[in-house]
This record gives sequence, C-alpha cells and structure tokens, in this order.
Amino acid sequence: MSLTRLLAVARKEMIHIRRDARSLMIVVVMPVVLMLLFGYGVSLDLKGLPIFVYDQEGSQQSQDLLKRFEASEYFHVARVVTSYAAIGRALDDGRAKMGLVIPWDFSDRLMQGGPVEVQALVDGTDDNTANVLIGYAQAVVQGYSSQVQLDWLREHGQAMQPAPVSVETRTWYNEDLESSAFIVPGVLALVMSVIGAFLTSLTISREWERGSMEQLISTPVSAMEIMLGKLAPYFVLGVFDVAVCAAIAIAWFHVPFRGSYLTLATSSALFMIVVLSLGFFVSVIAKSQFAASQIALIITFLPAFLLSGFLFAIEQMPVVLQWITRIIPARYYVSVLKKIFLKGTATGMLGADLVPLAVFAVVLAAVATRSFHKRLD
Amino acid sequence: MTEPMRNGQESAIVVVGLTKSFPGVRAVDGLSFEVRGGEIFGLVGPDGAGKTTTLRMLAGIMKADAGDAWVAGCDVVRDPEGAKHALSYMPQRFGLYDDLTVDENIRFYADLFGVDGGERQARSTQLLKAAAMSEFRGRMASKLSGGMKQKLGLVCALIHRPRVILLDEPTTGVDPVSRRDFWRILYELVAEGVTILTSTAYLDEAERCHRVALVHQGRLLFCDTPANLKAKLSKDVLSVTSGEPRSVRSQLEGAEGISSLVLTGDGVHVVVDDAARRIPELETRLKSAGVPFDAVQRVAPTIEDLFVDAVAGGAAGNA
Repeated sequence: MSLTRLLAVARKEMIHIRRDARSLMIVVVMPVVLMLLFGYGVSLDLKGLPIFVYDQEGSQQSQDLLKRFEASEYFHVARVVTSYAAIGRALDDGRAKMGLVIPWDFSDRLMQGGPVEVQALVDGTDDNTANVLIGYAQAVVQGYSSQVQLDWLREHGQAMQPAPVSVETRTWYNEDLESSAFIVPGVLALVMSVIGAFLTSLTISREWERGSMEQLISTPVSAMEIMLGKLAPYFVLGVFDVAVCAAIAIAWFHVPFRGSYLTLATSSALFMIVVLSLGFFVSVIAKSQFAASQIALIITFLPAFLLSGFLFAIEQMPVVLQWITRIIPARYYVSVLKKIFLKGTATGMLGADLVPLAVFAVVLAAVATRSFHKRLD
Repeated sequence: MTEPMRNGQESAIVVVGLTKSFPGVRAVDGLSFEVRGGEIFGLVGPDGAGKTTTLRMLAGIMKADAGDAWVAGCDVVRDPEGAKHALSYMPQRFGLYDDLTVDENIRFYADLFGVDGGERQARSTQLLKAAAMSEFRGRMASKLSGGMKQKLGLVCALIHRPRVILLDEPTTGVDPVSRRDFWRILYELVAEGVTILTSTAYLDEAERCHRVALVHQGRLLFCDTPANLKAKLSKDVLSVTSGEPRSVRSQLEGAEGISSLVLTGDGVHVVVDDAARRIPELETRLKSAGVPFDAVQRVAPTIEDLFVDAVAGGAAGNA
C-alpha cells in the first residue's frame, strides 16, 4: 500500500467534487436544506386546528364553553356558522378539521342538572389527527363539565371536594414535547446516506462509464488504494456535514445535547463506513451512474427515512417490519442519535446499538473491498 | 510453463496460445506472436478481430481463459500486477479525466507511477513539447480536440518511462496533424529502446510498423514485416480506376481467376492469378457490361490486398 498513490486518488477525487456543481450542492447545501425542512416543515405537533362552531343557543353558558375551546392552544375557532350544512361544507373542503355543535337547549338542560350533549364532527381522513382532536375536545369539555359541577356544589352550600384521582404528568427527555427535538437528530442519518452512498456510487460508476477505469487499473495502483483514496474525501465531507447538522440542531433548533461528543463522532464514523461501503459496492456491481445512484438511494436513503425510527416509531410498526428494521443499519444509528441528544445515555449503555453498527461497518467494508477487482471481467 | 530463455533477452512480449471467450464468441483464439525489444509491432485487423481483448490481457486487466503471455519478462497471465510498473496501456476510449486540466491529469498518473516532482516537471515539459501541447497545460481535458486528447493520453502513458507500451487504436478519429505528431513520438521512443505494441484497423498505418500481425476472428493470419507480407501474396494485383467502384466490384465478383476484390479510394484492387491473362478479359467484361472505367493496370500489392485475399480465400476454402 502506497500513501502517495492513495493520496493521489484522494486529491483527484477532491478536484472532481470541487468542479462538479451537483456534488458541491449535495455536500454544502443539502444538509442545511434537509435540516430546515425537517426542523420546520415536518411537525408532528397539532396546534391551532381550525374548528367551525354552530352555536344553536348563543347563551352565556354556550359562550363559556366556546371560550374554553378558544383558550386551548390546540384549537382555533375559525368561524361561527348557523347551519349544519355550513359545517359540512367546511369539513369537505378542509377549512375545518372539526365542527362543534352546541344544542339549542344547552343552558336549560345544564340548569336541570343535565345530561347534555355537544356534538363534535371530526374529519377522519387522517386518523392520527382525528384521534388527537377527539382527545383534546373531550379534555376541554371535561374541564368545562367539572367547572359546572363545582359551581353547582358551591351554590348549594356544599364543601368543595377535589377530584378523587388525578394524574400528574411530567415528560422526560423532550420536556416541551417539541417534535423538532424528536426529528432533527435523525436527519443526520439521511444526510450521511446521501453523501456516503449516493455520491460515492456516482463517483466509482463514473469511472466505469467514462472509460477512465480501464486506464486506471492498468497502473500499479492497488484496488485497496483506489477504494480508500476514493472514499476518503467523502468520509471527511460526511463527518464535516454531521458536525454542521449537529451544530444547527443544537444552536438553531435548541435540541438538547446531553450525551458525549465522542460517542457522536464514533457512531457517525461507523455509520459513515456503512454507507460508504454500500455506495462503493453498488457502484462496482452496477457500473452505470444512473443505476448505481438509484440503487444506492433505495438501499440507504429510503430505509433511513422509513424504517430507522427517524419519523415513524419502530414499536408501532407491524411485527414483520419491526424484524426488517433489525437489518437496517440506520436504525441503530438513529437510535444512538436520539439517545445521546435527548437522553444523554452513557456510552456504556449504548452497546445494543453500537455493537450492531460496528458489525455492519466491518462486514460491509469487507464486502465492498472484496467486490472490487482490477479487472474488466 | 516458463518463458523460453531464448526469448528472455530479446523479446519484450511473448504470446503463446492466448485464448479468451465471451458468451457466444471466441474473441481471441489461440493467438501466438512475439514482439522484439525496441520495435513497433502492429496488431492489425478489422473491428472484432480480438485486438482490444488481446491488449487488455497483456495489460493485466483481463483474465485469459488459456495460454501464456509475458510482458517485459513478467508472466502477466499468472501475475497481472507484475508488469504494471514496466508497461503502460492506452485504451481506445479516452481514459483520462475531462474535468481535470492537462497538468492535473499528468500529475495524477505521475503519482500513481511514483514519479517524483522534479522528474515529473522535466519529463512532462519534454513530452508536452514533443506533442506540441506546451501552451495547453492549464486547459481542461474536455476542451481538447480529439487528437490532443490522444496525445495527452500518450503523455500520461509515458510519464514513468515505460519499457513496453500497449496502444489500442491510438489514432482512430485523430486529425492528420496530430496523427503525424503521434507517430513521430512513437519513433523517438523506439529510438530510446522502448517497445511498442499498437493495434490498428487502418491497414495503411500498419505499413509504419516494423512488423505486423494480421489477425482475423481472434486468429493469427500472418506475422512478418510489411515488405515480406506483401511479398507473401503469390498472386497479382490489378488496379481498376473508376468513378463507380461499386459497379466494377459487383460486375467482377465471382469471375474466373479473380480471388478477391478490395475497394480503394478511386477504384478497385482486383487480386488475380495471372495479370497478363486477366487484364484483357477483365476489360472486355467491363466494357460489355457498360461499366465506366479509366484504366486497368498491375500494381504492387498492399497489406490490405493480402489481408482481404487471405480472409476471402479462407472463407472459400481454397487458400
């Protein structure tokens, strides 16, 4: 192995990257765009959902209930209408996620001691949102209901009694339940998949496609020197982008970072080896830039997006999919990221994630190395 | 099998029974030839003759199915990496990098061959001057003409002073001026003792080689100096100059005493058994058919005549 030759290949690769606008964009701009996109654009929080209200009575009591809906940060009373049909239209065209109907005898029946029902019409096209809405609406109505009960007891001279059981909740790790804190660390896995696998798959297959590989392999440069020389620049750029993304997450999105930077670096390096090896392997097999880059995205970016637990919780997937996630390296990396960002889990406790990641890195690097020969056939 | 000692000193390349098949086709079929140190040896044949496959096996980038080959004293079939420091290979397609400048391409290849900075400067200055490319050092390879690209390929291939050079159709698609530069550099190299094996589909270019091997469908037809090859043709060659060479050919095809017909720029070369007897016959035949022609005269055979006649004869089974 000659360092001169390895560096010669690496230097040439850097020139390719510097002169190729597409590669440069992917290395410099894409990480920032992905961070902002997922940090701002993808919000799993439901806040300020528009509701239409049909208050058939318009009494003091019905207004009190509506005020409670207004006061909740989850709802926004977009409009007060005067017919069922108006609510139906609003749900149809998406101007409202929920319609609330307060009956004409609302206050009378409250006076008589109830029971009284308010109607909530919910847009069920997105079942997750619908469930959350129903939960929020019930909580608001429940709160109002308790207040009415307390007022009644007080008026009748009875002692105030606190609710017999109540839950005192406190959320750990992501205290404000900000979805950006949940999502943003996982973006690192996406960025690395693109840089490591996508860009790498292009660079090797380009040598085959343009015919330069033929002349390259006729020189004394070894297969290992070609591979390491080609991958070294992407490794450095990938690690650099991880640092940029982590900085954006911490400084811009105020995602807490509670773990060790060394663990971040180690796990990122391991994952980088995984994606570089996959990208290299694919481009050796495919030998065309288009095919290689498509395959690279399908086997790294897509799983990192869908099956890593980055956006969708693995525990909620069908059992078969849960098994499949075990062979997705991104799953272990995302798991490490979430733990060191939010939980501050000690490195020693991350074995269940770091060990599989290291095994993937070693195995895939070996596969990549063995796949490449200085031969045309 | 070890390299025959008698060849050890003087032969730069020895090929014995080299064979390579691809699905459905035997590209190289028991090919044997020797290239002596310090000569330009031409591997001549049409597309699909197996020239590229042969060169790739000699360059150590393709496995042979059978046979042996030594390049610069090294068994490249068993140890494909062994000769790589001593040889340089230029593929038919431009094998360098379009997005690198002339100098950057040269530097890359110099580094791969372990040529240090000072030597690289001296050598590249000298080679670029010989290639008439000194003022293009900073130019992107993508901005070079086809001929200049091939010359840059040659400069990169020569930066480490190889002992053996393998060139695959180096002048295909190259303008006449660059082609002349190219051959001048090759002759200078040979004067320094370098051995050159070049393939070409141009039979006129074969005449510039010291010796040539005519190959067809992976097999060797003849191997000798151009002069001896031409003498090998025991038949006579007639040149029919005509404005309608294709009509002449179709009219004469299959006529008695004619073994093959070769289209040339301004007519047809006709290989016949006996010139004196066939000239009048031929003229009569063309006149009666109303095919216009200027003259029929006997000419010296070219390598192309030999090649075409050998292939045609082989096909007819009466070589």
